[in-house]
Amino acid sequence: MSGESGAGLLIRDLRVVFDGFAAVDGVDIDVPPGDVRFIIGPNGAGKTTLVDAVTGLVKATGSASFGGRELLGRKVHHIARLGIGRTFQTATVFEELTVLQNLDIAAGTGRGPLTMLRRRSGVPPVVAEAMEAIGLTGERDKPAGALAHGRKQWLEIGMLLVQDARLLLLDEPVAGMSQDEREATGELLGLLSRERTVVVIEHDMDFLRRFARTVTVMHAGRKLSEGTVAEVQADPKVQEVYLGHAPTAPDRPGGREGT
Amino acid sequence: MTLVFSQLFTGISIGAVLLLIALGLSLTFGQMNVINMAHGEFIMAGAYTVYVLQQVISGAGVSLLVALPVAFLVAGAMGVVLERLLIRRLYTRRLDTLLVTWGVSLLLQQLARDVFGAPNVQTQAPELLTGSVKILSTGAGDLVLANSRLFILALALLAVAALTLLLRATPLGRRVRAVVQNRDLAAASGIATGRVDRVTFFIGSGLAGVAGVALTLVGPIGPTMGTNIIIDAFLVVVVGGIGQLKGTVIVAFALGMMQSLVEYSTTISVAKVLVFLAIVAFLQWRPQGLFTLRTRSLA
Amino acid sequence: MTGPGTAAGRGRFRLRASQSRARTAAGFGLAAVALFAVAPLALGDFRLNLLAKYLCMAIVAVGIGLAWGRGGMLVLGQGVFFGLGGYAMAMHLKLADAGPGDLPDFMRLYGQVERLPWWWEPFTSPVFALAAVVLVPMALAFLLGSLVFRRRVRGAYFAILSQALAAAMAIYLIGEQGTTGGTNGLTDIQGFFGYDLADPANQRVVYFIVAACLLLMLAVARQLMLSRYGELLVATRDAEERVRFLGYDPARVKLVAYVVAAGMAGLAGALFVPAVGIISPALIGVVPSIEFVIGVALGGRATLVGPALGAVGLAWAKTALSEQFPAGWTYFEGLLFVLVVAFLPGGLGSVAGLVRRRRAVPAGAPEAPEAPPGVRPGGPPEVPSFLDPRAASSSPLEGTVDGAVDGALEAPAPGEPTREVAP
Repeated sequence: MSGESGAGLLIRDLRVVFDGFAAVDGVDIDVPPGDVRFIIGPNGAGKTTLVDAVTGLVKATGSASFGGRELLGRKVHHIARLGIGRTFQTATVFEELTVLQNLDIAAGTGRGPLTMLRRRSGVPPVVAEAMEAIGLTGERDKPAGALAHGRKQWLEIGMLLVQDARLLLLDEPVAGMSQDEREATGELLGLLSRERTVVVIEHDMDFLRRFARTVTVMHAGRKLSEGTVAEVQADPKVQEVYLGHAPTAPDRPGGREGT
Repeated sequence: MTLVFSQLFTGISIGAVLLLIALGLSLTFGQMNVINMAHGEFIMAGAYTVYVLQQVISGAGVSLLVALPVAFLVAGAMGVVLERLLIRRLYTRRLDTLLVTWGVSLLLQQLARDVFGAPNVQTQAPELLTGSVKILSTGAGDLVLANSRLFILALALLAVAALTLLLRATPLGRRVRAVVQNRDLAAASGIATGRVDRVTFFIGSGLAGVAGVALTLVGPIGPTMGTNIIIDAFLVVVVGGIGQLKGTVIVAFALGMMQSLVEYSTTISVAKVLVFLAIVAFLQWRPQGLFTLRTRSLA
Repeated sequence: MTGPGTAAGRGRFRLRASQSRARTAAGFGLAAVALFAVAPLALGDFRLNLLAKYLCMAIVAVGIGLAWGRGGMLVLGQGVFFGLGGYAMAMHLKLADAGPGDLPDFMRLYGQVERLPWWWEPFTSPVFALAAVVLVPMALAFLLGSLVFRRRVRGAYFAILSQALAAAMAIYLIGEQGTTGGTNGLTDIQGFFGYDLADPANQRVVYFIVAACLLLMLAVARQLMLSRYGELLVATRDAEERVRFLGYDPARVKLVAYVVAAGMAGLAGALFVPAVGIISPALIGVVPSIEFVIGVALGGRATLVGPALGAVGLAWAKTALSEQFPAGWTYFEGLLFVLVVAFLPGGLGSVAGLVRRRRAVPAGAPEAPEAPPGVRPGGPPEVPSFLDPRAASSSPLEGTVDGAVDGALEAPAPGEPTREVAP
């Protein structure tokens, strides 16, 4: 899948080192615009760290650019303003604010001081659309903390929608979801990818087979394999790595330490 | 030249006092993220322990020696009670522990006032510690070090050594370090974090008691003796890096030196302000303190 | 498609907004009646003057409620800003008392100063002094805040730093006796812009000014809390990193609240000087700074009027009790503080809310229950207790008290998640 892709996510020789340990060890990844790329790999493969590096959370060397603009070295909120949004393994929403308030905040980075100092006097159209898309219109005035786990994940995705991110980095979006919720999330992914580039870190192989367009497999901080789902599954290197852990699907990590 | 040395030594002895106080804080703050404002009153309890013991035991030297372990136990016990009664309930609201323990410190101060009276009380220093040693003799004057200051320095270093040994070489220390680094994982691997917390709080508070004993040698003993010194000690912990013993040691002495040197070239009041500015500047460079635990957490 | 973007949805919004406006207007109106009519009629000169002093504390508290309650910044050094405002005002008044070209009395008394120090000079101008009252604290807060927030110094670190600042400032003022009045501070202030402060009629005017300023600051705080900025501030308090990943700079969000709170404290300090006639290090150091926070915690940190009521209540109780039972008062204060913060983080006002919430309130219902009646029994009756923001809005605070009582006031940061166990 490597090729010329001007406006997508371009990662070159990315390295993240923690105390001498290379969590990400020289990775090259191209995600062309409009792709739905899944990144998989066993625990400790460096998947989340990769996303952390791209979003500015951890320091990295090498290069990561999106839409031709270099991301490394910028501050987190500057990277976000370049149209890069992410979710976290554990849904992180503003628990005490309502669904509407959560989305309104996500939509508001471009607002001037005067708008900020006034009260919200209605529902901005993008927020209404996003609420409809994630199916939370009925729970508009509910505090986000009171939402079910799966719905918090959707709310987080909805926040990316209104944030108008061009590149979405989703860290295990269906973890802990029921089958129906996974289904719905998959459809949401399809909707998202119409105008955006999507990168998903996921362990759920069923989900991957159904919704991935392309897959990158990471192992021990390096890229192991890349291609379509079928190509990757047929790759003997991938089978070798995974068979050591589990025959069909790898375990879910217990938390952030794992990855 | 002697002047510089004597200022340096003043700095070291200020640092030693700070270190003794900050050591216990570093333990409780570092491990449990609990800001215990009542730590100052545990110091006070240690100091009053000397006072009480001197009413019973004649002989300043003996009473001081007896006071060290007794003060450790008294303050440690107070710490455990505080932990059991209040702090344990506030783990999810760590900032609030600061306010709650401040309320506790108000109560303890008033208790001290009611029991011992509002004015400062006096204790006797053992003869051995009232003198001084001549370290250096030059034409410009002698460099004289007070025995009491040397004793505090030795005590502080001893406490650091003991604590290091405890943390590095005992099973308890291993558990404590495990909890500091990752509480959830420690709990998951079968460590009774609640018990570790209690022991940590006991030791940390006990060290405050020891510091209180040491303070009787250099300053007045009164109900508010703790509040004045506790803020500097907190700064030591913050600048040293939370849960970092070596950071606490280095910063305690650095801050002591700085305070003494700046004070010498300006005034006490200006020194306070300059030291504060220096700390803010330092945090620009190392916002998490001198040494940090590297974790993957976002916080 | 019956989305909220539809006309019906927007209509509901407008209705709610207008209801809330009406209620707020009523609340402010009643507060104004109480402060401007009832209190002056019911209280003698002495008590009215005391109330003016308490209302100054309330102004500081309103700012703390914004910075701490909504912004999560535990500001333990508001005394610094209170002091800056107070000293700026007192410096001008001392110079005015002394008359043109003459030194303030204490400078001649201590005999360390022959000429007016250069940094006293500008305070001869009333305009400069009045501007400095608010701008100097705000500037200091801006400076410190931008340094500290930018480097993500927060939580306990920030609290300790702000406290250390209060300690350093008090020690500095005491040490520089010749130019600051030292431990005594600036005392014995006679006039207030040409009016004699000894005259009870003028003291009444001072009271009215203080009361008006309090109402104004409540209005400012209310606007900030209910605006989009206020929602963002709460979001930043609860999940700073998440806000950052949305493209905001949390440092700037927090800075606004911090600077506004500092300005309010400065204003309060300036008003305190004519009302009480003194400003001194003992009023601005570590202990008074924490006492500001205590009042706020008692009244309900995240509400609009809770902090003000708590501050007034605490100051009132202190005056009433501490003279008669000094020891008893300290026990009471300490115990009250321990119990309220540990077991009632929503403040005393949340008791009523808790009781009411037991009777099932529909989840997320914007028609929030009436505000918690403010102060503890025996609190001063002058101040109405219904000016709660929750009574007036579909406010984010609907959940706050509940959450707080459940011990979940600090939502987990993204990095320290309440881990979900995989099915």
